[in-house]
Amino acid sequence: MTDFPAAAKVQLAKPQLRANLRHATHTIRDKRLRVVGELDDWEQLREAGRAIKADVRRRLPELLIQFEEKATAAGAVVHWARDAAEANRIVADLARAKGVDELVKVKSMATQEIGLNEALEAEGITAYETDLAELIVQLAHDTPSHILVPAIHYNRTEIRDIFVKEMHDAPAGLTDEPATLAEAARLHLRKRFLSATLGVSGANFAIADTGTLVVLESEGNGRMCLTLPETLISVVGVEKLLPSYTDLEVFLQLLPRSSTGERMNPYTTMWTGVTPGDGPSEVHIVLLDNGRANVLADPVGRQALACIRCSACLNVCPVYERTGGHAYGSVYPGPIGAILAPQLSPGEHESLPYASSLCGACYEACPVKINIPEVLIHLRQRTKHPAGERAAMGLMAWVMRNPRRYAAALRSARLGTGPLAAFVHKGPGGRRVLRRAPWPASKWTVSRDAPLPATETFREWWIRERS
Amino acid sequence: MKVGLFITCVNDMLYPGTGIAVTRVLERLGHTVEFPLGQTCCGQMHANSGYAELAKPIAEQYVRVFDGFDAIVAPSGSCVAMVRDQYPHLVPGSADVVARTYELSELLVDVLGVTDTGARFPHRVTYHPTCHGLRLLHLGDKPLQLLRAVRDIELVELEGAQECCGFGGTFALKNSGVSTAMLEDKCANIRRTGADLVVAADNSCLTHIGGGLSRLRAGIRALHYAEVLAA
Repeated sequence: MTDFPAAAKVQLAKPQLRANLRHATHTIRDKRLRVVGELDDWEQLREAGRAIKADVRRRLPELLIQFEEKATAAGAVVHWARDAAEANRIVADLARAKGVDELVKVKSMATQEIGLNEALEAEGITAYETDLAELIVQLAHDTPSHILVPAIHYNRTEIRDIFVKEMHDAPAGLTDEPATLAEAARLHLRKRFLSATLGVSGANFAIADTGTLVVLESEGNGRMCLTLPETLISVVGVEKLLPSYTDLEVFLQLLPRSSTGERMNPYTTMWTGVTPGDGPSEVHIVLLDNGRANVLADPVGRQALACIRCSACLNVCPVYERTGGHAYGSVYPGPIGAILAPQLSPGEHESLPYASSLCGACYEACPVKINIPEVLIHLRQRTKHPAGERAAMGLMAWVMRNPRRYAAALRSARLGTGPLAAFVHKGPGGRRVLRRAPWPASKWTVSRDAPLPATETFREWWIRERS
Repeated sequence: MKVGLFITCVNDMLYPGTGIAVTRVLERLGHTVEFPLGQTCCGQMHANSGYAELAKPIAEQYVRVFDGFDAIVAPSGSCVAMVRDQYPHLVPGSADVVARTYELSELLVDVLGVTDTGARFPHRVTYHPTCHGLRLLHLGDKPLQLLRAVRDIELVELEGAQECCGFGGTFALKNSGVSTAMLEDKCANIRRTGADLVVAADNSCLTHIGGGLSRLRAGIRALHYAEVLAA
């Protein structure tokens, strides 16, 4: 169970974390704005992305079967996993059948969602993360705090310290220069790439009309994992489908600009089944549901399945910027996490739909136009409300749906603040304000003065002046 | 034009001066303002806090009360956004009233074609574009067009203007810590402008910002921009 306000409180008390996050999110945010501004058809691209993903949701069963047929015809083996346990079982059994006790991994949200590394560990198989930031997080025995930049909560000095402490082959006298740190990681990982016989990945896109899987990345580690090992297993959420190869035209423009703020990502790897003499000789694809079919059944909530995991919403979110990803208690943090996690695991993340001021920055940035505020409000309707809050809301609604009761309530609000006279101070412009108030109003007065009701309401003025 | 004034509950109780200012500005421009006494609230707090079923009768009341006006004006970006974005689902048959509900700057600039309200306001002022005005209503620079036409005003730009102040309705209570962290940054940016006043199109956001500035004893007043346009 996520208790976001409590978890946020812990994170808010870390000034270094807030400084790291502020710097990192603002840097990516500004880069994204620059490259998005270069395209005069950006809004049309967003609309195309939204429409294609809506089409996928409508035709998901038929597209999945088409994908399976095409991928199988090209030499891949397609597996179906209802939930995390089934997916983990499939991967572990394949690894065992190959007799391996270690494998290399491409950064993948789907495998994090199902807890694959932990499940493999329990079977004596070590999964090595090869994305630089994932490697940092894994070495630190930590969890990612961002979808795209999992180690966003660390600065380079902290990363150096993690390398020195946890990386057995870290060079002596390692500094916190980014190039030096990257070189140390590169040398460390090279040995893993060259010795691995099994690679595990996710996929950014799965193309139904060709059976092709697509991975976008920046470091080349993905290309190594996808081409060097003899066996490749890809765990792919069913919502990752695109109907046609030509749909990539839209998404290969939307994703890099929205995620890293680049016109084009450095590495795009596509593979269709097995190609003899080129790359893995055995290709497995695990199609993962894990709650997605339930999300699809919700007419408002289902738009969350359009997400392409770009993280633009995290980088513009004022809440994420202050708390970081760990406060969300979910593999998917930030605004998208706040609508995805409660839907994928109903009942487990009830505080997340409230982890937003509904400022709308996420919707504005989303490359596939997921109306995140709309889904947040929708999900709030089905959470269990505290009894006291429910009673207060009920009373207020009873007052507000009747003008007489409402006018009387305005009058009594003015009189009711009388006993608080001891806490009344004079604020700016001579306005009388409260400095302290009893719970639950104290949650307001902890950092803000509260204005007292005016000596005459507007309706009283209107009646006096105009009728 | 016969304009119905939707004062909103926050303004009715806490900021009658904003409603008086809207009335004066519109009357100065030769329009008739009416204030139907059957109005109460838009239902935003209930709808956005997970009580849509309680918001529904409140919304229905709004649609009943304001049926038949040429235009309905509210000095609150978030209440107008509530009407525009949520009423179509909440109250079947509300399309007509919804389409004629405007935030003040929309009514003045788009409908009435006015930017100069004949005001004079000799102060240093910074403008905070509230989230719902900016990203839900797409007000753009309409409030600023109106403020720029005010005589003797000194408008100063606010750094990070488009970032939320951290209010968010019940968010400010449920997630008081995060809300406060957002408010701290907003107040710091406002103080750096050296302005005497911060103005915006929403008194609920201004209650938050003004409450923060008052607590910091910053000596900066938060004021609805309608009160500047009426000065």
